[in-house]
Amino acid sequence: MYQYNEIDQTLVNERVAQFRRQTEKFLKGELTDDQFRALRLRNGLYVQTHAPMLRVAIPYGLLSSAQVRKLAHIARTYDKNYCHFTTRQNVQYNWPKLEQVPDILAELATVQMHAIQTSGNCMRNTTSDHLAGVCVDELEDPRPYCEIIRQWTTLHPEFDYLPRKFKIAVSGAAHDRAATQFHDIGVHLVKNDMGDIGFRILVGGGLGRTPIIGSVIRPFIEKKHLLSYLEAILRIYNLFGRRDNKYKARIKILVKETGLEKFTEMVEAEWQQIKDGMELSDERIEAIKGHFTLPDYAADAADDANFGQHLQDNPAFATWYKQNTAAHKMPGYRAVFLSLKAPDAPPGDTTDTQLDTVADLADQFSFGEVRVTHRQNLVFADVKQAGLFALWQQLVALNLATPNIGTATDMICCPGLDFCSLANASSIGIAKEINEALDDMDYLHDIGDVKINMSGCMNGCAHQSVGHIGILGVDKKGTEWYQLTLGGSSENEAAIGERLGPAVAKNEVTQAVATILAVYVKQRLEDESFLDMVKRVGITPFKEQVYATH
Amino acid sequence: MQLIKDKKIIDDNWQSLADDAELAAGDISVSLSRWQQDKPRLLAHNGKLGIRITPADAVADFADDLDKIALVELDFPDFADGRLFSHAWLLRSRYGYQGEIRATGHYMPDQVFYLSRVGVNAFKPAKDEQLPVELGYLNDFTVNYQVSVN
Repeated sequence: MYQYNEIDQTLVNERVAQFRRQTEKFLKGELTDDQFRALRLRNGLYVQTHAPMLRVAIPYGLLSSAQVRKLAHIARTYDKNYCHFTTRQNVQYNWPKLEQVPDILAELATVQMHAIQTSGNCMRNTTSDHLAGVCVDELEDPRPYCEIIRQWTTLHPEFDYLPRKFKIAVSGAAHDRAATQFHDIGVHLVKNDMGDIGFRILVGGGLGRTPIIGSVIRPFIEKKHLLSYLEAILRIYNLFGRRDNKYKARIKILVKETGLEKFTEMVEAEWQQIKDGMELSDERIEAIKGHFTLPDYAADAADDANFGQHLQDNPAFATWYKQNTAAHKMPGYRAVFLSLKAPDAPPGDTTDTQLDTVADLADQFSFGEVRVTHRQNLVFADVKQAGLFALWQQLVALNLATPNIGTATDMICCPGLDFCSLANASSIGIAKEINEALDDMDYLHDIGDVKINMSGCMNGCAHQSVGHIGILGVDKKGTEWYQLTLGGSSENEAAIGERLGPAVAKNEVTQAVATILAVYVKQRLEDESFLDMVKRVGITPFKEQVYATH
Repeated sequence: MQLIKDKKIIDDNWQSLADDAELAAGDISVSLSRWQQDKPRLLAHNGKLGIRITPADAVADFADDLDKIALVELDFPDFADGRLFSHAWLLRSRYGYQGEIRATGHYMPDQVFYLSRVGVNAFKPAKDEQLPVELGYLNDFTVNYQVSVN
């Protein structure tokens, strides 16, 4: 993974010093609330319902074991022994003390981490495929380009006060696991007719209040022009994005109101003027690629006699293997998911002791690296087949082996009303209820790939509009209600979920989800996934059953 | 009154004229709309000329006049409006403007480093006592990742 050089380290150290000064000035009353708000947000610090919330950047979801240990240490020392992984592959602390945040940032800097631009109206953490570099369907590893974009976005002097937040995702695989069609900019590695690899650029996608699927603004651009093209888009957005209404300030609205054709013309005209001045050299790309070389894979990894025996002797291991591991491009290796969706745990949360052990296990089983997925789980990307059984046993002991990856209980869930000052409704409690109702693993596996996403408000942090089943908490005269949608997807066949009908009361949500799944089981064709069935039959059969008793 | 220019605190000899104010002797700056309406009279003025722009103004609208002016004032109505950062970049990088670009109004002292990177070389805080503070903040970072003006 990427290792800081002296410039990177100096930059984060100087950022810590700057934020320490800003915090001190604020506490002395020398910065207004508005001023400090803008500055603290750009360092990941929100003020939440109970306490400040600190969001720490995990660039494209990649962590070293040393960084995981530091996250555990921070949870133990500055927080209540846990933290929360987010849909931007970041990590959040819910209980830091404002005056200690500069110290936390200084601790992070010692392991090449920071919280720069994890909130505020600026360019955010770049996200990517959690199976980057190891999956079987990849054209090229996207991580070097993520790192190039990370550096370009970090402390960009011109684009730190944008109309609204700005998110970029990069994917190099046939299967889009990074929701690139729902980002302000989506970047796909693609091959053109000449056989050259470059990028397809999408613009104007987004979730939140107005979910929109991104449009292709450039079907192909050479690698050397990546940053100039991004800069052209950002300059047009910074100059022309709406600033009169925060709900209309995202680039998706600018693209929509300007029209894709005209917007593309504006970007292309800007790009023509800057492209020659900011080309990425082959040397620079190669230098960054040098940070993402293959680990020292064992040539004989597939020659393991015990593995088949373990699968036969241990049905629970076999189930976990099938559900929680993914194919790897190297024979004899698997990518292993650590489920942060145990029935009794808030989705995406981990404790300090879990993290410490995860770090040790990463060292032992996966070359000392851990990844965060945008569905709020962790991944060991490079586990040798011979290690799977021992790793599984350890993960069971840690409560990180619930075999539910990609199933209905692998829910994306925001912190909701329990923590977030924006939320209208709670989400963690409902997630727990759904989890308890779907505790029969055989049933869960029979249902298969169903993605449930639940947000506690319109801001849609949990991407409910692209959930196969989306659940959105709304406030109706002081009580919590939940709007259900069906058929959303953030993957290749991107779609925004359709509203099922009127919102349901809090105590009816779990029953509604159970009913939707029961309709699916009853009416599906052979081998038909939930999403495929919704596409085939529409929402009516589900609607009839869910609202039958009303 | 004083200001920071090219990392030094110096006296400010410019007068920023309101749209309804009479022309004054010496170096004066006016809003872009006054510049556009009153250009012949302003060009006859005995003193240096400057244009004051707000975020909604477009640099292209006065780019042809840049050889006639010695100052562009970026008048921040609100520190959160980032358009003036792009205006400064455009003035320097696209139009090759060599004169003074000055931040005034409601920018934040904590923004002077970024402003200096996009080509702003003068800063006029609301209070003179802020001058040494902002001078210090210009050195917040010794490294950077991007090519910009500086």
